[in-house]
Amino acid sequence: MNSSLIDYIQHLADNALIMAQRNAEWCGHGPVLEQDIAITNISLDLLGQSRNFYQYAAQLINESEKSDEATEDSLAYLRTERAFKNCFLAEQPNGDWAQTVLRQFFFSAYQFLLYKKLQDNTDEQIAAIAAKALKEVTYHLRWSSEWVIRLGDGTEESHQRMLTAIDELWQYTGELFMPAAYELESGFDVSSLKDDWFNKVVAVFEEATLPVPEKCFMQTGGKTGIHTEHLGFILAEMQYLQRTYPNAEW
Amino acid sequence: MVTSSNIETKKIWTILEQVTDPEIPVLTIADLGIVRDVKINGDEVEIIITPTYTGCPAMDMIAMNIKLALLENGYSNIKISSVLAPAWTTDWMTEDGKRKLKEYGIAPPQSESGPRKWRGPESFHVQCPQCNSSNTRCISEFGSTACKSLYQCNDCKEPFDYFKCH
Ligand SMILES: [Zn+2]
Repeated sequence: MNSSLIDYIQHLADNALIMAQRNAEWCGHGPVLEQDIAITNISLDLLGQSRNFYQYAAQLINESEKSDEATEDSLAYLRTERAFKNCFLAEQPNGDWAQTVLRQFFFSAYQFLLYKKLQDNTDEQIAAIAAKALKEVTYHLRWSSEWVIRLGDGTEESHQRMLTAIDELWQYTGELFMPAAYELESGFDVSSLKDDWFNKVVAVFEEATLPVPEKCFMQTGGKTGIHTEHLGFILAEMQYLQRTYPNAEW
Repeated sequence: MVTSSNIETKKIWTILEQVTDPEIPVLTIADLGIVRDVKINGDEVEIIITPTYTGCPAMDMIAMNIKLALLENGYSNIKISSVLAPAWTTDWMTEDGKRKLKEYGIAPPQSESGPRKWRGPESFHVQCPQCNSSNTRCISEFGSTACKSLYQCNDCKEPFDYFKCH
């Protein structure tokens, strides 16, 4: 069995799951009810994507190992930090609303281009999941773009908060377009999406009266399992129940 | 040619028409276009469904309700399969389903095709299901469930859900 394909699918799943988990932290804490509902809806969409990818990865693992031990739940709840292949951006803390919507905007702009490409993937299941999710990601991108514009071109304080968020998150965007070995082997060269992504960011930032960040050192590691300190805390909370009460169901 | 398998398949479709969406109980899964196929493999009945939204939590419940409905009607060997492609679209919702939605107080999806093509949340006017006014506005693109947006009527002031095009 092609282990790079399994790694690749888990990478896609982990990205969606960790973003979903982060956004879900807003549940009951959103700035207004409608936006609380919006961010948790986005979280739910991402969780659905991750489930589809994990189910597929589990199927491939079981086929190759002639077992039935891998499930979507075992992949989400029983892997350790080093096995997670999500990008740095996904695991960054929510911070304030500005940081959350900016993280979503960077991520959705990336996912939009990624899924657009993957919907024609030769692997039919990856293509089907991407085509389905693309419709939802289109909403996420529009929603997050509107928020970046609203806050950037808003009050002095909201503008300042966006600047702080850019300072915080920009360094994690480069990794999205630096392909890991499994991406090159089983996906495609994601660096090809970089220009389109950057142009989208520039267009939205211009409307938001935000400066386009200058070149800076880009952090990398998440895709190959080297994470910032934040992922461990996310997993501790997310995996607590299955770790403490193995096989618990409700 | 009418075969016993045809008759059986037709009977199963009739049963499936009684299964409703747990979140919008006026709609059946047939109205929504969720059931893609019914297959009879020997003594096994296979129902092929497709999710409306990737993360729709109602899908597990819908699958269970299909199973229960078939069990009640004497079928015991039931398999529910889920397919993702082609991706579900609101174009598969029946006209009858759209009418029922409106009566229930949810504005039905406006067709993607034709002159009213979706170009953003306020590019066309969604009709108020209460007073039929087209003078409405989008409050939030995300509503109480993944498939709905929140609107308000500027005339009768009533807030309402819009089942968005997808
Ligand atoms: Zn009205």
